[in-house]
Amino acid sequence: MFDFDKWQEIFNTIEKNKLRSTLTALGVFWGIFMLILLLGAGKGMENGVLQMFGDQAVNSLYVWTQKTTKPYKGFSPGRRVQFTNDDIKALRDNFPEIKHVASRIHMGSLTFIKGNNTGAYEVRGELPDYIHIEPIDIREGRFFNPLDIKERRKIIVIGKAIKKVLFGDEEALGKYVKVGGIDYRITGIFKSKRKGERAMEDEQTAFIPLTTAQQIMNMPNRIHWFVCSMHDDIVVSDVEGELKALLRKRHSIHPEDKEGIGSFNLAKEFGQFTGLFAAIKLFVGFVGIMTLFAGIVGVGNVMLIIVKERTKEIGIRKAMGATPGSIISMILLESVFITTLSGYLGLLAGTGLLSLVSYALKEFDAESMFFANPEVDFSIGLLALTLLVFFGAIAGLIPALHAARINPVVALRDE
Amino acid sequence: MIQLRNIRKSYQTGFTSLEVLKGIELDIQEGEFVSIMGSSGSGKSTLLNILGILDDYTEGEYVLDNTLIKNLSQKQAAQYRNQFIGFVFQSFNLLSFKTALENVALPLYYQKVPRKKRQELALEYLDRVGLKEWAHHLPTQMSGGQQQRVAIARALISKPKVLLADEPTGALDTKTSYEVMDIFKEVNNQGITIIVVTHENDIAEMTNRIIRLRDGVIESNTILAQ
Repeated sequence: MFDFDKWQEIFNTIEKNKLRSTLTALGVFWGIFMLILLLGAGKGMENGVLQMFGDQAVNSLYVWTQKTTKPYKGFSPGRRVQFTNDDIKALRDNFPEIKHVASRIHMGSLTFIKGNNTGAYEVRGELPDYIHIEPIDIREGRFFNPLDIKERRKIIVIGKAIKKVLFGDEEALGKYVKVGGIDYRITGIFKSKRKGERAMEDEQTAFIPLTTAQQIMNMPNRIHWFVCSMHDDIVVSDVEGELKALLRKRHSIHPEDKEGIGSFNLAKEFGQFTGLFAAIKLFVGFVGIMTLFAGIVGVGNVMLIIVKERTKEIGIRKAMGATPGSIISMILLESVFITTLSGYLGLLAGTGLLSLVSYALKEFDAESMFFANPEVDFSIGLLALTLLVFFGAIAGLIPALHAARINPVVALRDE
Repeated sequence: MIQLRNIRKSYQTGFTSLEVLKGIELDIQEGEFVSIMGSSGSGKSTLLNILGILDDYTEGEYVLDNTLIKNLSQKQAAQYRNQFIGFVFQSFNLLSFKTALENVALPLYYQKVPRKKRQELALEYLDRVGLKEWAHHLPTQMSGGQQQRVAIARALISKPKVLLADEPTGALDTKTSYEVMDIFKEVNNQGITIIVVTHENDIAEMTNRIIRLRDGVIESNTILAQ
């Protein structure tokens, strides 16, 4: 039940003892504030590193060819095979685990000409599936569709940076640009979903339909390499071996040849990062709990000192008819009130500072690959606060019981 | 009002026990004005603490207003204190962070009297000791005599049966001491039993009965004609 009178008495005491109350409050405020900053910083680091992956389908495998190292079926080592569209079809037929495949052709750096503006940028032949594996943010126009591939359309999707150099602020969508001596119509302009340098790199790239690239490069049916993403419930490592074995067989590479076909398991890489962050989280959590504990001990300590300091006051109150229960509830409620209020303020200040930092990082484009969007779950903060208040009350209970036992005779004895 | 039967009190100090009160027999009627005298170590403060239910006794019986005060829980003791007894101390013992009015109202807070009523009553009692204008001053802004008067108002506000004063004039000069004693007399005239512990003869002379303690026993019990 809300005892208005009791609270009035408590507020009165807090107000009349500003220094004491402020010092207690400051300790709790600081504990929660630091905890929130700590948690936020940990999360910021995690976000920063995870952003390297953008929105990429992390459950994916990159596969390319390398020189063989073993003789097999009459072939001498040192040979280099080439993937074809048929390989992809075979993989699709044999591995239902595969979700998307993006075969690629690297055309290298080509010269772009638009009026008097020129530049040299990386061009790749891609399939419509590409956008599902390494998502890009199509700001204007569209990415490829199956018809573009079938009809080998001379269209191009360019990065934001290329558009800026060739067209400035002018409209680029639907215009033509000469790339490596051939005219392409621009159907899309994209922005990278990654941050910092990686984004700049991404945005200086252009894509044309894979089939168009095959025709221009005079390599019909052939591709340089491919990425395939697996369905979410598939572990890439489980498929990787069999997938490469099938490719070896199709290209007559010795089954034991570790070279010949190279691959990169992004899921594994990603797993290492998530493992690292699980460890960091554990560490931050541990430090956080210790900080909280220090805060609790601090509150208990201050309460003990307060009780000592208030011995006389408590003696007087007891002489005036205060029951032990009323003394305990007075001390406890005062401590709980101070810890709750200051803890909540610390929580607000901490989350406030974090969102300010987050805002500043975004505003000045300063998010790096090591730190981005520091944040903390407000509910975790509230949980921490609840714990602090609860254990703070328990810590305050010892001094409160101590206070209740104060003998008025001793307390009021004149020195 | 007060019956003490063979009250003994001893303190355990290490392996030896020190007997401070060695069988006190005392009756105090309602409306009496009694002083307790004695040198330091005579047990007079201990006796006062027992009378005020601040301290327990080892042996005997203490009956206050027909209620046996023995083996009380802390809570009961607090309630009896609040109900029966008003305290006045040598060093006033006002809460320094509360105004005169708030100090006077404190016992009523523990009687769960509503705030408004508390303040009205507190102001009335302050008026009785002539400090109505000082209601919103802090104790530190008042003289010793004024502080003691606030303390008396505080002791009286719970309408106690007995007013216990422990060296109430010990920290005051003669003039203010007499003023305080005048207030006591007035209060006594309204029928409240008052027990004053003092070592000043002139103060004791103003009461109706002087009880002298020596080494834990009552040495003399003199009724003064006033």
